[in-house]
Amino acid sequence: MDALYRDYILEHYKNPRNFGTLDPHDLEWHDHNPLCGDELGVHIVVEDGQVKDLRFHGQGCAISQAAASITSEELIGMPLTEVRGLDAEWVIDQLGIEISPTRRKCALLGLKVMRGATTGDASWPE
Amino acid sequence: MGAVVHTPFVDRRADFPVLAREINGHPLVYLDSAATAQKPRQVIEVMDRFYSHSYGTVHRGVYELGREATEQFEGARERIAAFVNWPADCSIFTRNATEAINLVAYAWGRENVGAGDEVLITEMEHHSNIVPWQLLCEETGARLRYLSVSESGELSLDELDSVLGEGRVKVIGVTHVSNVLGTINPVDEIARRARAAGAVTVVDGAQAVPQMPVDLGAIDADFYAWTGHKALGPATGMLHGRRELLKRMRPFLGGGHMISRVERERSTWNELPWKFEAGTNAIAEAIGLGAAIDYLGEIGMDRVREHERELASYALDRLPQVEGISLYGPDSVDRRGGVIPFTIDGMHPHDIAELCDREAVCVRAGHHCAQPLMRCLGVGATARASFHVYNRREDVDRLVDALGKAREVFEL
Repeated sequence: MDALYRDYILEHYKNPRNFGTLDPHDLEWHDHNPLCGDELGVHIVVEDGQVKDLRFHGQGCAISQAAASITSEELIGMPLTEVRGLDAEWVIDQLGIEISPTRRKCALLGLKVMRGATTGDASWPE
Repeated sequence: MGAVVHTPFVDRRADFPVLAREINGHPLVYLDSAATAQKPRQVIEVMDRFYSHSYGTVHRGVYELGREATEQFEGARERIAAFVNWPADCSIFTRNATEAINLVAYAWGRENVGAGDEVLITEMEHHSNIVPWQLLCEETGARLRYLSVSESGELSLDELDSVLGEGRVKVIGVTHVSNVLGTINPVDEIARRARAAGAVTVVDGAQAVPQMPVDLGAIDADFYAWTGHKALGPATGMLHGRRELLKRMRPFLGGGHMISRVERERSTWNELPWKFEAGTNAIAEAIGLGAAIDYLGEIGMDRVREHERELASYALDRLPQVEGISLYGPDSVDRRGGVIPFTIDGMHPHDIAELCDREAVCVRAGHHCAQPLMRCLGVGATARASFHVYNRREDVDRLVDALGKAREVFEL
């Protein structure tokens, strides 16, 4: 089996969870990876300070799409205070694969738009 | 004299030390020359010798090293200018092609373009021939317009005539060879029509000079920019400009070397080309570029072009054998350079490039600094293979094999 393109990574890439749009939604953010042009947006419905539901949308490589899909399952139900504190390590742990420096931004694009939507901070997660 | 017999392919692999490398257990196949080309030992040795033997600053030192450095630096300029058939005093060393275009947009543009004027570029430009004009238009209130790219990846001279006919275009920025599609544009004809309509032409030659004969005297554009690092040389750029325009222009950057005399409040400028070369030049890089064009000149640019055409033709035959592949750009290799963009259904270009790297095949993936063109093509990104004198048919075969394996990983 390939070390990067594991079965579950490809499975999430081909059948991404929680992809699409949510209308109405409470929070939204859209961003891109300037290096490769990959784009990702998110719609979030908030209830009692928690992520009640979310949808990612956009286009990108297997790593960026799988990262968004895999983390989406963890993010639903998470308190916004916790979402705001998530860092790069959390995403990479969720992915369960080694991410080289050249693919790091691919992996982090999903968290970047989550952070943007919940804090207004457009910087890359560290 | 007997007839000269040319072999159809130039195989200069042995001159390129990096190609002896293995990556992931496979011999390296480098297919990203449109981004930056590898360097032959002839260039590396000239730069090494300059640093080891003659390094000094130019146009300053009265000592032997300064003399040698100046002689080699200005000698390189003269040979580079002759290589593209343009006067040496109108051939300016810049950091890269991007800086060369910015030089024109600032030093010529700010004085000659105003509100109500139009700047015309094309949908196939690299960001380096888009963003400087956007900045100019934002500052001056001029309007930025685009010539469209057809489905076959080409420009329309009829559309050019129609836009020029409206009488507001002050400057046209156009690429000689598209870095994405490989399209070779008729820049001589564009420059001729622009001049007849009172517009100045700025040609981005970054992809052209490295891979085909370029005669600037025949093209007769007002400005022509290119860069050494794609032409087997180091990263230093060139701007060739029309003398009367360069003379009238204000300097781009101020500092040492570009002045004639500095008073407390104002200064006067050095002569061409030094008026546009503020500060200490990338001296070894200029000399290295001289060595690179000597190397290319010795092969002969007609042969380099023929080699690129043969490889592009072979790639256009072989790549369609990969299932799910789409190719972009002109069908005829007579109208395109050695650049082949492609996508594969069900696989993002980044993943294609990552999996090709497992087989030591280097291809580019992304938007290629041409996002407006990507939108025209209706894709976010493509993969791209491009060639130079160290590539051969086997490299295309290795790419086709790597793409087949990549599809297996993705279970396509």
